[in-house]
Amino acid sequence: MRVLDVGEDALLIDLATPDEARSWHAELLRRRGEGGLGPVREIVPGERTVLLYGVPDAAALRAELRGWSVTARAAAGGPLVEIPVRYDGPDLAVVAERWGVRPQDVAGVHSGTEHRVAFCGFAPGFAYMTGLGERYGVPRRAEPRTSVPAGSVAVAGPYTGIYPRSSPGGWQLIGTTSVRLWDLAREPAALLAPGTRVRFVPAPEGAGA
Amino acid sequence: MSGGELRIVRAGALTTVQDLGRYGHAALGVARSGALDRPAHRLANRLVGNADRAATLETTLTGVAVRVVRAAVVAVTGAPAPVLLDGRPAPWGAAVRLPAGAVIEVGPATRGVRSYLAVGGGVDVPAVLGSRSTDLLSGLGPAPLRDGDVLPLGAGTGLPVHADLAPHAGPPRELVLPLRLGPRDDWFTAAAVRTLAAGRFHVSERSNRIALRTTGPVLERAVHRELPSEGMVVGAVQVPPDGRPVVFLADSPTTGGYPVVGVVPERGLAAAAQAAPGLPVRFVPQR
Repeated sequence: MRVLDVGEDALLIDLATPDEARSWHAELLRRRGEGGLGPVREIVPGERTVLLYGVPDAAALRAELRGWSVTARAAAGGPLVEIPVRYDGPDLAVVAERWGVRPQDVAGVHSGTEHRVAFCGFAPGFAYMTGLGERYGVPRRAEPRTSVPAGSVAVAGPYTGIYPRSSPGGWQLIGTTSVRLWDLAREPAALLAPGTRVRFVPAPEGAGA
Repeated sequence: MSGGELRIVRAGALTTVQDLGRYGHAALGVARSGALDRPAHRLANRLVGNADRAATLETTLTGVAVRVVRAAVVAVTGAPAPVLLDGRPAPWGAAVRLPAGAVIEVGPATRGVRSYLAVGGGVDVPAVLGSRSTDLLSGLGPAPLRDGDVLPLGAGTGLPVHADLAPHAGPPRELVLPLRLGPRDDWFTAAAVRTLAAGRFHVSERSNRIALRTTGPVLERAVHRELPSEGMVVGAVQVPPDGRPVVFLADSPTTGGYPVVGVVPERGLAAAAQAAPGLPVRFVPQR
């Protein structure tokens, strides 16, 4: 574990693995919940990092963090969200070939495992979910699409993501959902937050997912 | 000086509603947003007796013209620009009293990029996640203004500050950006870090509220693997694959996958907000 300075009021906890980042993130939230963490405006997990942003006394917090021992137990799990998906994406065949399965088997593989939100970014409500094993990694498209429809379920690298609104995007599209990822009329507006567990449920052909 | 409406007579190239931004939602991908030139925004508010957090209008190069339905106090700060009250010259950087129905026009910036128009009571559009700011990256807050838009005003509470002319330095002829190296300066060659300090960069015309982009030398990477996505801060100097440093501004994404060679502190960012395309840029790294 390394703690790197990010300007004058932020620290980046740099970790060796995604699992360690997950444990540190959980531990930071736990301590903040108990009032055991000084003032920090934002706690932003990444793939192998946790950013602490808006820290009035970064040097003091850096010294404190070095004394922590963080174990893996902390990251048990957040709430479970079920997301119905129609596996009808235009990149289904490409993804199936990469995975070494038939296109009709992508749904089974993708929905057969529990996913977890590792971190968010790109747009409000966009979650980077892990859960597929290493062998199911896929590259981004060589040519990003200029417009990906809202609700598109997509994969890239080790992640699954769902586009909260129509935007440009380079991920491989495997399906669609009608679940609203981001809704300002809802509290919280984001359906998926770091730590949320996600199960994808294949919707039957023709059913509204 | 209370309530009422603001009618947009001429929206200009890009005029948005801005306050001090959204906090506490970065982990969900919500950018900070808010006024790019925060000292200018605060000053405009102070001149009309508003709290710092009241929303102002942020213009881009070509100004804005608005009509007040009721009598109001307004002030223009940030990029210097001609100010006209019903067609007659009015002061920049000072409180101006408008009778009901008057039009205040902020002309094209004579230097800099962004002027701020504060109105007593503040622009009172509904707050989204604690802020009235327009976030151009994610579409939160009110859309950029268009001719004919009507904006609600809050009730004026404070008293205008009676300053003849506000003490506010104009935008510089060169953008000097202090910068603390890291967190990923070790992903670049030693030569690249020297280039960052000594190179002749200029503000790219592709700059916007999301980022100030540069033209000029490229920074060569020492580490060529992909950086796993990590949290980003406002002021981060990120280096995308083309090697040209990009300074993250208020509407920048909260995570990113390119290495950050250094971070410009908050006090350096107001000048970045006023740096027009073509202006020379000098980075001053410090450990």
